[in-house]
Amino acid sequence: MTAVVERIAVPTLALLASAVLFGLLLAIYARVDPLEAFALMYQGAFGTWFSWQNTLTRAAPLILTALCTALPARMGLIIIGNEGALVMGGVAAAAAGVAVIDAPAPVVQLAMAVAAMIVGGLWIALAGALRQWRGVNETISSLLLTYIAIALMNHFVEGPLRDPSSLNKPSTWPIGDQNMIGTITGTDVHWGLVLGIVACLIVYVWMRFTTWGFALQVIGGNPKTARMMGLDVGRYVLLACGAGGAMAGLAGMVEVAAIHGRANASLAVGYGYSGILVSFLARHHPLAIVPVSILLGGIGASGGLLQRRLDLPDAAVVVLQGILFVAILASETLYGRLWKPKEAA
Amino acid sequence: MIDRFTIGRRALLGGAAGAAALGLTGGADAQKPLVIGFIYVGPRDDYGYNQAHAEAAAILKKMPGLKVQEEEKVPETVAVEKTMESMINLDGATLVFPTSFGYFDPYMLKVAGKYPKIQFRHCGGLWTEGKHPMNTGSYFGYIDEAQYISGIVAGMTTKSGKLGFVAAKPIPQVLRNINAFTLGAQSVNPKITTQVIFTGDWALPVKEAEATNSMIAQGVDAVACHVDSPKVVIETAERAGIFTCGYHCNQAKLAPKGYLTGAEWNWERVYVGFVESLKANKPLENFVRGGLKEGYVRTSAYGPAVSAAAKEKADAAKTAILNGSLAIYKGALKDNKGNTVIPAGTSYVITEPKLESMNYLVEGVVGSTS
Repeated sequence: MTAVVERIAVPTLALLASAVLFGLLLAIYARVDPLEAFALMYQGAFGTWFSWQNTLTRAAPLILTALCTALPARMGLIIIGNEGALVMGGVAAAAAGVAVIDAPAPVVQLAMAVAAMIVGGLWIALAGALRQWRGVNETISSLLLTYIAIALMNHFVEGPLRDPSSLNKPSTWPIGDQNMIGTITGTDVHWGLVLGIVACLIVYVWMRFTTWGFALQVIGGNPKTARMMGLDVGRYVLLACGAGGAMAGLAGMVEVAAIHGRANASLAVGYGYSGILVSFLARHHPLAIVPVSILLGGIGASGGLLQRRLDLPDAAVVVLQGILFVAILASETLYGRLWKPKEAA
Repeated sequence: MIDRFTIGRRALLGGAAGAAALGLTGGADAQKPLVIGFIYVGPRDDYGYNQAHAEAAAILKKMPGLKVQEEEKVPETVAVEKTMESMINLDGATLVFPTSFGYFDPYMLKVAGKYPKIQFRHCGGLWTEGKHPMNTGSYFGYIDEAQYISGIVAGMTTKSGKLGFVAAKPIPQVLRNINAFTLGAQSVNPKITTQVIFTGDWALPVKEAEATNSMIAQGVDAVACHVDSPKVVIETAERAGIFTCGYHCNQAKLAPKGYLTGAEWNWERVYVGFVESLKANKPLENFVRGGLKEGYVRTSAYGPAVSAAAKEKADAAKTAILNGSLAIYKGALKDNKGNTVIPAGTSYVITEPKLESMNYLVEGVVGSTS
C-alpha cells in the first residue's frame, strides 16, 4: 500500500514544486501574475471542450513516440532516436499509401501502418544491433540515426517520391482524402489517440503478464545473470528496440494519415523528442505515459494563450517542460525516504 | 434628401445580419474591437521572415478599434490548426493571418471549412478561385524585383566579381531570388558569378555560418541570402569585412559597414488594406499580389559603402521596373547547364505563371538545384 501511495505522492510533489518554481520565475523574471498565468493555462488546456480536444490532439503523437523510449528502457537501454523512427515511418507510410492508393480505404490504412511499423522498427533495431554486437552506445547512435532519417526524408520528399505539383513545399504524392483515418465520432480528435492508448495497454499486458516481458526486466536488471539463465539477450534487444521503433513509426503513419495527407518536412517537428520527455516523466511505465502525454499536450495547448494574453515568449512553456523534467528526475531520490516502512518496526 | 434617411426596418435588419455574417458586429460598436490573429512559424524578432510580418502587425496594433493577437513558433502541423481555432474560439478573432507558406494546405483550408464566417488570408500566392473557399485568400509579393536591385548594387560594389547566395531549398520561390539577384549583377557586369549554397532548411544557423565562411574563403566579397533569418549570414559576413544584401526586413543594424541594400517585404500595405476593407464592410480581396510598383516589396536604404555610380544604376533600374520598361527575365536566357530556358525574343512580365515553377539556375550561378 505504501508503495502505491508513494508512486503517486512523489510525482505529485515534483509537479507542485515545478509549478511553484515556474510561478516564481513568472513573477520575478517575466513580471507576470503567476495566478493569472495558471488560470490561463487551465483555460487553454482543459477549460473548455475545445481546449480539451486541443490537448488530446497534441497528446496523441506523444503517447506513441514515448513508447519508443519506454520499451527499450525496460531492459536498461536509453533510446532517444524516436524522431528518426517517426520520420522514417511517416515516409514509409506515405510511400505505401500511394502505392496501393486505389485499394479500399481499410486496406490502404493497414498497408500504411504495417509499412511504417516495419521501417520504424528496423530503424531502432539497428541502434539495438549496433549496441549488442558492436558495442556502440545506443543513446548516441539512435540520436545520430535521427539526423540520417531526416536527411533521407528530405531526399525522398525532394527526389524520388516528390509530387511535382508541390512547388514551394516539397511533399510526396497525397494518399487521397478517402484514405485518411478521420476523427473520433463527435470530436475533433483523430483516431491516433485511441491507437496510442491501445498500444500502451498492450505493452502493459505484455510487460506484466508474459514471460517475454519478464525476460526483458531480468535482462534490464542484470544482463550477465540473464545470459547465465540462458536468455538470448541479443534477440530481446532487437525485440524491445524493434517494438519501440514500430510504435514511433506508427506515430509517423498517424501524422500522415490523420493530419498531413502526405509526407513532408512537417513530420520532423519534435514529437519524437517530446516523447523522450514523456517516457522519463512516466518513469517508462506504459500506463503512466497516457496521463503524462495529456499533461504535456495541455501545456502545449495553453502555450499559445500565454503568448497572446500575457505577451510571454514561446519559450515560457519550454521552460516549464524543462523544470518538470528536472524536478521529476530529482524526485527519483525520494523513493523509499518519505516514509519509514512500518512493517519493519 | 429626406428619402435617404428613411431606411426601412427590413433593410436595417438585413444590414445587421450581413455585418454579423462577416463577423463585424463590433464594426459600429466601440466596445467590441475587431480581433485579428497573426501566426508566425519562427520567433517574431528573427531579423527575417517573421519579423517582417510582426513589424506590420505592430502598425495594426496602433490602429483604433483593433485588437491584434500574435503567436510565434507555431509549426506547420495540426498545431497551427489548433492555434487558429484557439484564436477564433477563445479570443474571438474574425480575421486570421497564418503567415508561413506551409500553413495553407491542408491546415488552413481545413479550419476555414469549419469556420465559414471567419476570414483567413494566407501569405504565399496559393489561393485559386473555384478551388479554394471564398473565406480564404492569398497575398504575396514579387520580391525578386527587389533582389534584382540588390544584385545591381552588389555587382557595382564587388571587386572580385564573385557574389555569394546562401539559400534554404531549391524551390521556385528561392530560385527566382537567386536568379534575379544574379541577373541584376550581370546587368552591370556580365562576367559576375554567384556562388550558391543550399543549406537544406529554413533555419539552420550553423550551416548558414559555415556556408558564408566557405564563400568568403573562396573570394566572394558580397553575399545575399534566402533563409528565414538572415541574421547569421549578415553578421558572419560583416565580421569578415565583406558586403551584404539583406532579405525579408532591414538588417542594416547588424552590419553598419558592409550592408549595401536589401529586398524587404512591406506587409503593412497589405494588412492595412485588408483591415480597411473589413471596416468599410466591403468583402475582403481573395488574391492580392504585387511588387515594387504596388509597394508590397521595397529596397533597404543604401548603406555607406554604396558608390554614387551604383546608386545611379540601381535607381535607374527601379524607375524602369516601376514604369514597366524593364523585364528581369527575358530571352535569350540560358541556365547554368547550357540549356536555353527563355528563347530569344521572349520576355516575361513578373506575373508570368511560368516563373512560378522555375527549376533552374541561370548562367553565371555556380551551384546545382539537386
